Amino acid sequence: MSIFADNSTTVIVQGITGRDGSFHTRQMIEYGTRVVGGVTPGKGGQKFENTVPIFNTMRDAVAATGANTSVIYVPPMYAADAIMEAADAGIKFIVAITEGVPVLDMTRVAPFVHEKGARLLGANCPGIISPGQSKVGIIPGRICTPGNVGVVSRSGTLTYEVVYQLTRAGLGQSTCVGIGGDPINGTNFIDCLAAFEKDPNTSAVAMMGEIGGTDEQQAADFVKHHMTKPVVGFIAGQTAPPGRRMGHAGAIISGSAGTAAEKIAAFEAAGIGVARRPVDFVDLIRARLK
Amino acid sequence: MNIHEYQAKEILRAQGVPIPPGEVATTPEQAEAIAKKFGTTVVVKAQVHAGGRGKAGGVKLARTPAEARDIAGKILGMQIKGLTVLRVLVTPAEEIASEAYVGVILDRASKAPVFMVSPAGGIDIEEVAAKTPEKIRRLRVDTRYGLQTYQAMELGFFLYADLKQARAAASIMQKLYAAFMASGASLAEINPLVVTPKGEVVALDAKMVIDDNELDRRPAIAALRDESAEAPSEVEARNASLTFIKLDGNVGCVVNGAGLAMATMDLVKYYGGDPANFLDIGGSSNPDKVVAALRIITADQNVKAILFNIFGGITRTDDVANGIVTATRANPLKVPIVIRLTGTNEDIAVKILKENGFSASADMDEAVKQAVALAKGGKAA
Repeated sequence: MSIFADNSTTVIVQGITGRDGSFHTRQMIEYGTRVVGGVTPGKGGQKFENTVPIFNTMRDAVAATGANTSVIYVPPMYAADAIMEAADAGIKFIVAITEGVPVLDMTRVAPFVHEKGARLLGANCPGIISPGQSKVGIIPGRICTPGNVGVVSRSGTLTYEVVYQLTRAGLGQSTCVGIGGDPINGTNFIDCLAAFEKDPNTSAVAMMGEIGGTDEQQAADFVKHHMTKPVVGFIAGQTAPPGRRMGHAGAIISGSAGTAAEKIAAFEAAGIGVARRPVDFVDLIRARLK
Repeated sequence: MNIHEYQAKEILRAQGVPIPPGEVATTPEQAEAIAKKFGTTVVVKAQVHAGGRGKAGGVKLARTPAEARDIAGKILGMQIKGLTVLRVLVTPAEEIASEAYVGVILDRASKAPVFMVSPAGGIDIEEVAAKTPEKIRRLRVDTRYGLQTYQAMELGFFLYADLKQARAAASIMQKLYAAFMASGASLAEINPLVVTPKGEVVALDAKMVIDDNELDRRPAIAALRDESAEAPSEVEARNASLTFIKLDGNVGCVVNGAGLAMATMDLVKYYGGDPANFLDIGGSSNPDKVVAALRIITADQNVKAILFNIFGGITRTDDVANGIVTATRANPLKVPIVIRLTGTNEDIAVKILKENGFSASADMDEAVKQAVALAKGGKAA
């Protein structure tokens, strides 16, 4: 078992013939992901590398393949439209890799996706991998190994770093999810924590947050009240200088400035093990799995 | 992207927000001429991307054109929070009966723009929120429908009991919202929004921050960028598609990905060192980016050691290795370099580096410890 992506995941790649889309489609297929189709307007009827059928629209792609998942590599100005197209076509899990999506676009996209009953991961995220089953996105497959640690993170390469250290230490993963660092995203820490709590194959969770906002504090509150499985957390930006965020009003509305110290304190108060360095995850998780 | 007060005011004026006239001067003589034209007491205001301009002495009243010239002479060239003032806005002084705050910001928790208004304007709104939260009212706007008139009126009546003034404020808020959406802003605020002794509601100061992701589709807004108002190293980094923030330490850091970059800085501190910067070379890197990164970092005289921490996913580590070789061949390094890289094409990268006299490690903690020791003038472990 795993969360959000597994052996039953069938994927349409939106932007399959683009530079990033084609490269990562190959990587996903190589990993064993069931890529059943792609969408590039104007190339409907062709095949990607003689194997994967290409469609003009998501409506056509879903009708022909019955896919349940899509992954988006289109340029930022078209990403909002691509997400809405996927949700409208009946896709239930949409992974948006695209970086640089205007935040105002996401204010329209988020409620639309919700009303369609779909889940959006990202945008501006590395995607998801359930080792040995399916990878949707760009997380390097070879740093992962199957196991029972759930990983959730706001960052891309920091996720790789922690997963790499876990794998080197023999601690495999059930699913690794990158929720992305954009101010408005589809899936947050709590969504992932709740899913890991329910997943019988996850025994502990590694969570990597960052300064800014209050997502980590809310996640800590969730862990305290709703989780029985152990959680270990890390906050990047403990030494970052203040004042590099939005103006005052943002901090006030979120009810806090979102400093690392504040988030670490919230973790500690919720019984979350605090990793001071990425490498600390190994010992902290191992101790909690015993 | 930050824009200046005078630019934000131009955007709001174009939407119909009542704002007193004003002109920009870059010399004391221009300031004098503008003050003479207005023929009244003026305010001379520093145009820099920093808050607290008033407290720093960057906002002053001038009763005569000659005084405007003297004051502009003092403000121009002044440093406010490390930024040099190159422009002043000269605007007629208004008489003020009351001051309010009106702002709209993209709020991550609400996943929407949120209005925030307070009848206690003119001062630090954070202080108002902390001490008298009952004096602040918030309103979430669904961007699919926009700010409705009744919503704007609710906010207007929170500010003013008088119907005419409440209506005027509501109209200003609808225009502020229109400007916010049309500019791709993440923040737009009027502070203060004042009532004049005649009972008119006008905006005396304006601030806007634009979402960088909007600039590609809004060339007119992108053209408002004032590179002279930013640190040169940060301008160069942006032009090379890097994210760079200068800090005060001596370990220069080059990392791919913001989260890993912050974690690397944290680890430098953890092992007793001090990072000289935050630098994210981003995703799909090419050797040119690495060359630019090294040029920016080595321009900082404080840097005593350079640390590369690259985890190749999309980023190909051989691209990074080639960039290091190219950059150091053109400009030999005067400080030691520690390279940690792992991931995509790691074998090729290590080979390239070895052939050119560099060593590379695959362990983040070891690399950071080494860089910290070297920056302190010690030997690598």
